[in-house]
Amino acid sequence: MKKLFSYPDSLKKARFSYCPGCGHGIVHRLLAEVIDEFKIREKTIGIAPVGCAVFAYHYWNFDVTEAAHGRPPAVATGIKRVLPDRIVFTYQGDGDLASIGAAEILHAANRGENITVIFINNAIYGMTGGQMAPTTLIGQKTWTSPGGRKAELSGYPMKISEALGQLDGVHYIERVAVNNPENVLKAKKAIKKAFKNQIANKGFSLVEVLSMCPVGWAVTSVEALRWIEEKLIPVYPLGVIRDKSKST
Amino acid sequence: MKKRILIRGNDAIGEGAIQSGCMAYFGYPITPQNELTAYMAKIMPKIGGVFIQAESEIAAINMVFGASLTGVRTMTSSSSPGISLKQEGISYMAACQLPGVIVNVQRGGPGLGNIAGSQGDYFQATRGGGHGDYRTIVLAPYSVQEMFDLTCLSFELADKYRSPVMVLSDGVVGQMLEPIHKDDKNVERKIKDKDWILDGCKGREPRMVRSLLLGEEELEKYNWELNNKYKRIKEQEIRAELYNVEDAEIVIIAYGIAARMGKQAVKEARRQGLKIGMIRPITLWPFPEQIVGNIAQKVNSILVIEMSLGQMIEDVKLAVEGKTKVHFYGRPGGSVLEVEEILDKLREISN
Repeated sequence: MKKLFSYPDSLKKARFSYCPGCGHGIVHRLLAEVIDEFKIREKTIGIAPVGCAVFAYHYWNFDVTEAAHGRPPAVATGIKRVLPDRIVFTYQGDGDLASIGAAEILHAANRGENITVIFINNAIYGMTGGQMAPTTLIGQKTWTSPGGRKAELSGYPMKISEALGQLDGVHYIERVAVNNPENVLKAKKAIKKAFKNQIANKGFSLVEVLSMCPVGWAVTSVEALRWIEEKLIPVYPLGVIRDKSKST
Repeated sequence: MKKRILIRGNDAIGEGAIQSGCMAYFGYPITPQNELTAYMAKIMPKIGGVFIQAESEIAAINMVFGASLTGVRTMTSSSSPGISLKQEGISYMAACQLPGVIVNVQRGGPGLGNIAGSQGDYFQATRGGGHGDYRTIVLAPYSVQEMFDLTCLSFELADKYRSPVMVLSDGVVGQMLEPIHKDDKNVERKIKDKDWILDGCKGREPRMVRSLLLGEEELEKYNWELNNKYKRIKEQEIRAELYNVEDAEIVIIAYGIAARMGKQAVKEARRQGLKIGMIRPITLWPFPEQIVGNIAQKVNSILVIEMSLGQMIEDVKLAVEGKTKVHFYGRPGGSVLEVEEILDKLREISN
């Protein structure tokens, strides 16, 4: 009998420390499945961010380091340039990537670093208790925007994937979501493509994942799934933002 | 075979790095260290190494962090304002016990300051600089020869102690041209077999390199471990040059470029019949406490000279423990000490 489904080798047998309804666990698992499917576990080096996923090294069963807040793309650059035949990816949240690490992601992308970036956009700083992120929606109430985000005070929800998509160094950017089975499958496909690109030396690939943070949004786990559909996706539309292999 | 070459201070650091097997350099433009970055841009591709002009000093030090994780010898360089930006990364390297060399070709400060050689970053270099309970080995070259030699030593110490090491130079020595001797040896450039590096978990258990330790007393335990390492460094790595101290009544204490003028002042004072000697700390951390303390018992007084408002003098006073009077002469803001000014101060003290 053929085995169709099993626990990924690339995940340790550890309990996730994430809140109920959080999207991180799904994305961790998708990554692990993809790394298993490409049989690259033993040559992969992951970079965990500062944020809720800081403990990713407790869950992933391959070499992992932890970078300072916002710096994973610079750390990844240092690793990948020395070891170009290894698979290097960063896993970053919206505060990490779009706020404090905006310069690092912009320039890693512009240099066309042959790395994979998994960008978790949940429109909030989860770990520190739910502050406003650059990706927070207009009107969204957070700990630091108690009356709701106001554009005149804090600017607009930052579509950093679209901004990065303008750079010639970028090979592939796609935005996905993990709020329903169909979207999860699409997310896996995009993550797989982002790793395939790196294996084929195509250059910089980024997958933005719209992910649930029910605690940060003050909704139930089920409401969080709908919140992505009704609130996040209209501002952050799903789909391919840049794909050099499709352009002529 | 030893070769004799004429070379600029900043380039000599680059040459020392290459002789030491440095395979990855990350820089960012800032005066007065630009020659070094340009030197590495030229040489690294020729030896199959990595050169990146990073988007910022913050990115450069984090690239060093990444390269160091793979086990290669790696370096970054900057000048004072840029070194401030690197402190975050240095703290993380100290926490993760990652070797790497950070060169500071100091300029005048605070703020943007000026681009003249200065010694205003002693506190920053020797007090950790970044956040948290850690130490950085600091080496202070006072000649172009030492720019080369101490860079080589810095890579050895970085690997030996799995620690960031700072070469604390200044714009004067950085820009100086002097003949140096260097070994023309075959350099080992392979990644060293270190049991902590991240290069993919083939044939072994996965590793993690991190600095977040949230468990009960987990961080305290780790801090004590680091402290044991710092103790070993203090026991084994202190270096200082003693010059004419045997019969000295007054001893000058100076490091780096100030020691050049100090040495000249000692020679001149001796010609005039004054019994002056000099202690030149080569390791600023660990500071040669015992050497200074022992000599303090034998002399009438000590004169600390620095191209700053007086920073190393605090370490001198801690080492002297009140055994003798400690005087100071210094000029901040990138102004160079004159030998005659030092002699005036020596005459004032000896009267």
